Amino acid sequence: MDMFAVNAFLIVLLSIIAFVALRVHRLFALVMLSGAFSLTAAAQFVVLDAVDVAFTEAAVGAGISTVLALATLTLLPREEKPHAIAPLPAIMAIATGMLLMLAVGDLPQFGDAEAPVHQHVAPDYIYGSEKKIGVPNIVTSVLASYRGYDTLGETVVIFTAAIAVLLILAGWTRTPRRRHDEDGEDDAG
Amino acid sequence: MQDDPVIRVVAKVLIPAIMLFALYVQFHGDYGPGGGFQAGVILAAAFVLNAVVFGLHQARQVWPLRYNLIGVSAGVLLYGGTGVWSMLAGGNYLDYFALEADPKAAQHLGILLVEFGVGLTVAAVMVVLFFAFAGRASHIELVAKTTALEATTSKPGSKSSAKTRGGA
Repeated sequence: MDMFAVNAFLIVLLSIIAFVALRVHRLFALVMLSGAFSLTAAAQFVVLDAVDVAFTEAAVGAGISTVLALATLTLLPREEKPHAIAPLPAIMAIATGMLLMLAVGDLPQFGDAEAPVHQHVAPDYIYGSEKKIGVPNIVTSVLASYRGYDTLGETVVIFTAAIAVLLILAGWTRTPRRRHDEDGEDDAG
Repeated sequence: MQDDPVIRVVAKVLIPAIMLFALYVQFHGDYGPGGGFQAGVILAAAFVLNAVVFGLHQARQVWPLRYNLIGVSAGVLLYGGTGVWSMLAGGNYLDYFALEADPKAAQHLGILLVEFGVGLTVAAVMVVLFFAFAGRASHIELVAKTTALEATTSKPGSKSSAKTRGGA
């Protein structure tokens, strides 16, 4: 019953934040609301015992993303352009949401040991993490050892994203620049 | 914000604590929640806080772009290099069991190196992204200012305007 109350509170809070974010037109408020949404989602992940995901959501979603959005806001006007609600996308979004809600009924119970996701390789990971690898945090042993290739791929994706953003934003062009241009870029130019 | 003593003092107290917490999350990820991704973002948050409170110019002196780029690449290289090391030791790529005789110690070593690589890349990338976006804003402001300045002053005055561009 206690867990139900916590879950209900978090879900209601998430919905309220989402609806307010839809209505609000000041971009600064919008950024703050998306940060609050991420933090509430992180709390929801903690309730679901996914502390590593909650950690990432709080640090990336609520922290760095908000700061990056704020840095972008300095380039933008204060208010969103007023626009009418487009009917076709709205209908499609509502229909997809209702289909997903229908599908929720077919999902196995939360924490069900017989669920398909716990049948395939998961038992091997859960036993092996303690017996073979000796790392108590199963998430770490799966992430860095069992699924080391995937994490290498993720790291390379982040690397590539940084290079792409630098190429677009930091102005590394072949055109000669004036001498006292922005500091920092001179180091790498 | 840079003139507010409360924010400056609180930031000075918080920044070392945030960095220490990042290291804890990085190297305690085997035992508790956390790991390279989270630690990297937390470490980057310390540098972003530094930049927000003390200004972008000073933050860039603390961690120049050159070192940032080394960090971005070094993390990926450390990750890939661990895989190459395990191949040289006689195993498959990223097979940590080959690194040492004791299997658990080998796994610990491999995971530690790999997670450190992830943390290094993530921290450097986040700082790079923030500097790129924030630098973009100040760059556009500077361009707007200097074009306004150059419009008002005559040709010989453009030399002094170039100086103010470098200082701001």
